[in-house]
Amino acid sequence: MTSDLEVLAAQVLSTAQPGEAMEVYVTRGSETEVSAYDGEIETLAAATSAGIGVRILQESPEGQRVGFAWAGSLDEEVIAATVLEARDNATFSSPDPDMVLATPDGVARVDVKLFDESVRTVTTDEKIAFALELERKVRAADKVRGVRSSSYGDAEVEMALASTAGILTSTRRSSAGASVEVIAADGDFVQTGYGYDAGRGFSSLNLDKIAADGIQRAVAMLGATKPKSMTTTVVFDARITAQLLSIISSALSGEAVVKGRSFFAGRVGEMVAHPQVTLVDDPTDPRAYGAAAVDGEGLACRRNVLIAAGRLEGFVYDTVSARKAGTVSTGSAVRGGFAGTPQPGCRALLLEGGDLTHEEVLAKVGTGVYVQGISGVHSGVSPVSGDFSVGAEGFMIREGKLAEPFREATIASTLQKMLIDIVAIGKDLEFLPGNAAGQSLAIAEMSLSGN
Amino acid sequence: MSNALLTPDVAQRVLQAAASHGGEWAEIFVEDRANVGASLDDGRVEELSSGRSRGAGIRVLVGETVGFAHTADLSETSLMDAVAAAASVATGRQGSSAPINLTPGGAYPTSVSILPSTIGKQRKLDLLFAADDAARAGGSEIAQVTVQYNDSRRRIVVANTDGVFEEDDQVRIGFMVMAIANGDTGLQTGFQVFRRTEGFEALSEELLRDLASKAAEQAITKLSARPAPSGELPIVLAGGSGGMLFHEACGHGLEADLIVKDTSLYAGRVGSQVASKGITLVDDSTMAGEWGTTRIDDEGAPASSTTLIEDGVLTDYMWDFLRSRKTGRGSSSSNGRRQSYAHLPMVRMTNTYLLAGTDNADDIVASTMRGIYVKQLGGGQVDTATGDFVFGTSESYLIENGEITVPLRDANLIGNGPEILSSIDAVADDFSMTTGTCGKDGQSVPVGCGQPTLRITSCTVGGTA
Repeated sequence: MTSDLEVLAAQVLSTAQPGEAMEVYVTRGSETEVSAYDGEIETLAAATSAGIGVRILQESPEGQRVGFAWAGSLDEEVIAATVLEARDNATFSSPDPDMVLATPDGVARVDVKLFDESVRTVTTDEKIAFALELERKVRAADKVRGVRSSSYGDAEVEMALASTAGILTSTRRSSAGASVEVIAADGDFVQTGYGYDAGRGFSSLNLDKIAADGIQRAVAMLGATKPKSMTTTVVFDARITAQLLSIISSALSGEAVVKGRSFFAGRVGEMVAHPQVTLVDDPTDPRAYGAAAVDGEGLACRRNVLIAAGRLEGFVYDTVSARKAGTVSTGSAVRGGFAGTPQPGCRALLLEGGDLTHEEVLAKVGTGVYVQGISGVHSGVSPVSGDFSVGAEGFMIREGKLAEPFREATIASTLQKMLIDIVAIGKDLEFLPGNAAGQSLAIAEMSLSGN
Repeated sequence: MSNALLTPDVAQRVLQAAASHGGEWAEIFVEDRANVGASLDDGRVEELSSGRSRGAGIRVLVGETVGFAHTADLSETSLMDAVAAAASVATGRQGSSAPINLTPGGAYPTSVSILPSTIGKQRKLDLLFAADDAARAGGSEIAQVTVQYNDSRRRIVVANTDGVFEEDDQVRIGFMVMAIANGDTGLQTGFQVFRRTEGFEALSEELLRDLASKAAEQAITKLSARPAPSGELPIVLAGGSGGMLFHEACGHGLEADLIVKDTSLYAGRVGSQVASKGITLVDDSTMAGEWGTTRIDDEGAPASSTTLIEDGVLTDYMWDFLRSRKTGRGSSSSNGRRQSYAHLPMVRMTNTYLLAGTDNADDIVASTMRGIYVKQLGGGQVDTATGDFVFGTSESYLIENGEITVPLRDANLIGNGPEILSSIDAVADDFSMTTGTCGKDGQSVPVGCGQPTLRITSCTVGGTA
């Protein structure tokens, strides 16, 4: 079945001039967002959006020159102007023999179910009721002083991609999410907690779980104090492990590697992690939030093994970075909507081989800290050098169990060392929004800074 | 500039329609934005990109409830559809046909001398090459250089049922250099940015070469950095290095949306001593050319300056339309901002800074026995309910016996905003501004921040040594 967006993309493609290669990426979507405050609807927003991104490649003796332009509209005149602008931009870029468009590589597309009709069939009133009920439930809990926000949102987006290199494809996906920001207080102690859930549709959200998660993260942390500085084993909860994998994945980007901006560069075949560590990126896994049928260049998404039993197997590539590395695309191009150009990236990371329950991980560690919140990731972690220093909060682990809460601490190490220092991997897998799943994960020898 | 985006006539009909649907108050915000970005990577022009977006966001208010819809189509038919969608929150309410009279604030030509769109693309690229060249000349250790150029022009029109009809033409220009040095200790990054709310006149080849040399020097210096200490230490923030820290650690807690919801620890504390004496914190969107400067905010309120903390005493918060309406304050403090027409405005900072004091910067270092001298801070974040913040250093040194000694590897600083404000024991007479991008509830806006050299008596440093 050809979607009308594919037709549009093909029409734009027909304006390509002889001797130039063109890629047209178009999206169209709609979204609803509701937030509740103090038992009332705070905001109700409905919107539609559409946009186009055009890449044009021009031949020259030294390689291809690329130009890019985008616009937040699919009006005929706007599209024509965008094509002209991309063509003009191409004349200024440096020729690059590796700058080519993706060509179909024969890998079969796996059609993961990405659309949940409930984003359409559920009424706006039911979505409003969800946000209101989430807030009510949280406010009713003991020691909750307030709710900063309680919201529900969903979106659906269609994408079509066409290129003169033989790509013509489209996808449609939906998403829904809800979250609550909880403020708990006990005397002078104030603590915040954030609960959320996300999936493909309204029906995949679990209100009770979001409320309980937000409440636990705020209330259980009341009375938290600054811990003593020490070197210790850190157990990350599923959310934080997912964040950690996501950070590590930016050093597994083929682009970062070919540009010498990854601490993994030149280390394929070496042991880079504990032998229990097998890390895969598999967007064809329907459980993954980031599951996708095709990548940002229209190639089929596929399972890529990045680290196998501690050994670095390879990186994720888009077409251009793969050529620079002397290999082929791994179907891993991602793009930030119509305003972005393709870059290699992971969509569905999974740390395999976990063998312990959450409780067993804590028991194995015995003494250490359990971290359920980190901050300052953007500033404190470098995928280039591997330096890792983040703010952390959570609980002390004593005698293999969670003990008193702590906050206002930092934990530090390097990503290289952390991968080697993994001492336990949980099997309590959680599929979370973003590009990674997570589970309980224990890492030894980290510096905890507090008093 | 003639107003091609939205005429007062169309705005009047759209707002009148919102009122007739039952809206108590309504606003139309139209935005036309054009961006140009170029990046030079490894000495090559990797990409030159141009972007264009244009659309309208319509807000309809009923009681405390906001209905919102946006559209990329500026035809009157489409605007009327958006009004109907936004007014769905007013379903069942009696509409009003009382006439709305708009009073256009006049046309405002942009104040920049050279619109970046009038400069050829090659000339912009030439600046990138010059900077690349300067960074590579910084030393043989420099392995990678990335240089980026961005300019944007954002034209906006805001009209509301109170009769406001204002427009602004915002031109911004930015330049970024990242240099990576390779040495025995691995890869280290140097990073410098220059950003102004100005036209192409703000850039010169000399300025950008200087910026690139600094990035290279920073990366090379960091090759010999040793691990930062772990634990509590005094911190000396160099002038202009740490403005974002006060933006995060204190500024956010002074935003009225958090105050009204009682989710900031500064709620109900106007008149109280919240910082050391001598500390004065200001938010000012009128500062010429600064990154957070505009002529009007995104709700049409004229730019203004608000003193938040004066000599350590909390004097006021930052306000947008909704929050000032709710509390009966009368007018906003021009802090209603939005990322784009597709986003709802909320309380945001503009240019936020700590005023200079009377101490001498060198004396502050000399009187510190052991501590950390922060020359450049990276990003950070804050929990506004508790004031707990985390901030990364991107260039810092150890202070030993009153002297700046060895460079330190990047580490996070962690602390509590209100505690830090009360533990500043020295404020120098120097002052400088920096730029940042502030993220809040998924929206990013450009902000300026500034501070003189100052000392915080104790802060937790998250190093490994």
